[in-house]
Amino acid sequence: MPKQEPSVRIRNFDEVALGYTPEQAMEEASRCLQCKDAKCIEGCPVGVDIPTFIKYIKEGNFLDAVKKIKERNSLPAICGRVCPQENQCEKLCVMGRRWEPIAIGRLERFAADYERQSGSRFVVASSGEKGRVACVGSGPASLTCAADLALMGYDVTIFESLHVPGGVLMYGIPEFRLPKKVVQDEVEYVKSLGVKIVTDVIVGKTVTIDELFKEGYQAVFIGSGAGLPKFLGIPGESLNGVYSANEFLIRVNLMKAYLFPKYHTPIYVGKRVAVIGGGNVAMDAARVALRLGAEEVYVVYRRVEAEMPARREEVENAKEEGVKFVFYSNPIRVLGEGWVKGLECLRMELGEPDETGRRRPIPIPNSNFILECDSVVVAIGQSPNPLIPMTTEGLKIGEHGNIIVDSEGRTSRKGVFAGGDITSGEATVIAAMGAGKRAAKAIDQYIQLGVGW
Amino acid sequence: MVVYNPLVARKFKPGQFVIVRVCEEGERIPLTIADADDESITIVFQEVGKTTKMLGQLNVGDRILNLLGPLGRPTHIENYGHVCCIGGGVGVAALYPVAKALKEAGNRVTSIIGAKTKDLIIFEDEMRRVSDELYITTDDGSKGEKGFVTDVLKRLLEKNIFDRVFAVGPAIMMKVVSDVTKTKNVKTIVSLNPIMIDGTGMCGGCRVIVGGEPKFACVDGPDFEGHLVDFNHLLSRLKMYEKQEKEVMQAA
Repeated sequence: MPKQEPSVRIRNFDEVALGYTPEQAMEEASRCLQCKDAKCIEGCPVGVDIPTFIKYIKEGNFLDAVKKIKERNSLPAICGRVCPQENQCEKLCVMGRRWEPIAIGRLERFAADYERQSGSRFVVASSGEKGRVACVGSGPASLTCAADLALMGYDVTIFESLHVPGGVLMYGIPEFRLPKKVVQDEVEYVKSLGVKIVTDVIVGKTVTIDELFKEGYQAVFIGSGAGLPKFLGIPGESLNGVYSANEFLIRVNLMKAYLFPKYHTPIYVGKRVAVIGGGNVAMDAARVALRLGAEEVYVVYRRVEAEMPARREEVENAKEEGVKFVFYSNPIRVLGEGWVKGLECLRMELGEPDETGRRRPIPIPNSNFILECDSVVVAIGQSPNPLIPMTTEGLKIGEHGNIIVDSEGRTSRKGVFAGGDITSGEATVIAAMGAGKRAAKAIDQYIQLGVGW
Repeated sequence: MVVYNPLVARKFKPGQFVIVRVCEEGERIPLTIADADDESITIVFQEVGKTTKMLGQLNVGDRILNLLGPLGRPTHIENYGHVCCIGGGVGVAALYPVAKALKEAGNRVTSIIGAKTKDLIIFEDEMRRVSDELYITTDDGSKGEKGFVTDVLKRLLEKNIFDRVFAVGPAIMMKVVSDVTKTKNVKTIVSLNPIMIDGTGMCGGCRVIVGGEPKFACVDGPDFEGHLVDFNHLLSRLKMYEKQEKEVMQAA
């Protein structure tokens, strides 16, 4: 797929991957073997009929392709960009055994973009007759749950605390990986199904879940996402210039600090930036820092490249753009007076395997070294936001603060469902969508048949 | 400024705040709620930055683009006995509902409010209504006593009459209040005002050091025990964007 040249793209926030042309898409689609027992579908958390949509692309019926995808997935332009396809559908592709697997994600993106740009969007508006459901948060889990319920005939309202809908798709993922216009177009699609979205309302404070039931909602889906940023707990972490990845990315993605002072929210990166972590969020933060004008950006990770949880494609993009990786290194202290001046780290070596099956990194004594830097971004994850558990009686909470649900998203409280990062800890957009989908089905059964508790 | 927002107004408890954004390009900033009835909230702000300046330019009937709340944990109110409520500058507005609730809970309320000069003394009548005694200070002596709120506090503390102190105002004022009350070991609650973005716990930008631990003012606060707060850290963080704040004010 064509991409912006690294030397050009580190000077802008435009999308890096440019997408297939219709000819390229048809050519890629023609490689698909149209397996009878298609393994790729099993790898898709929302069960998209992949061979059929690819067949439509091969034939040039791009709108039919989108229609097929949207039977299972209401956010294809988003998923086509940010799903970890290499670990899901594409991992199971038969072609991948000897050659490159079919680029399913890129084809999905192509079809969705084609529909959006053609202006002919296929919509079935909800009758709203089957009942009223409230969704908390407007990220991928809630948007999916709401869209599925609307398609079944429910009257759905989403409550969002920020000033725009989209959740992590808006505040977390940078413009160059997921243009905000694309997110808002898919949000508009969900609205066109009849879903109402109310912004600037925080459930747990402005209204409680109990009050939603009193107002006549028959079921509530909580998709409020991760929430509190994690810090390392090392000395110096409270110095100015140390950001949580969430703050750093919210300033840039949601508040558009990269357009300061036209947009009023500032950000400071300085000449050298150290990003701590090895996930997609760390890659996003590092690449944002480069685009904000940092001369050198380091990603500090305590294991080795192959063990980084980030998507390969994004690691490659980061490397091409000039991000430097400092592996086997664990930060132990942020240096500076008032402002950050450096990051002191210890070299690590690998010990015995831990509970994740990976060999546990252990520090090498006296291997301290200092990375000089002007700012530090801590991208080591989130813990669930405590607001809803704190204000909702009878909701069973796990030891990490997550809401406990069964496989269909039912919480310990009748009529309350949950899915996405608030239940699982951090995961992917598509995993959250899968959870939203399963919950929608369970909500339908609960409202129609009274089953579930 | 009185803002019509029944959802927030009905939920408001003393000590809580809202997050406001005034225009598409605008920042999200926290402002404490000074009062509320069934339909509206009162917010009081000083025009110091771009957002507050734009707020100041709104006319009756205009809309605020975004307003989220009420956020933060309410101030813990009970009958402590004799309390001292200290407010500085616009902080007096946020102090007022707290003092009022403390009075209603049966406390004897002694209040000290201060500002740089007499024109900047706000909520005087409101504070007088809910206080058994009210002291006023101005830096230039144009109203009340010349000096700082802490000068009066020091004098009153000599009598050992306070069971608890509540302070809302500039960070430096709350720091000095906490330093003063610490000498007499009077438990002191301060309402912190760090840099904040989403206000819901997500960004961690509002982190403050309390008892050596990082806390998030938006979900753990804004009230904290003054004697445990690392005020130097807070003061330093508040200056983080001084240069950029000037830059954005100068930009058209």
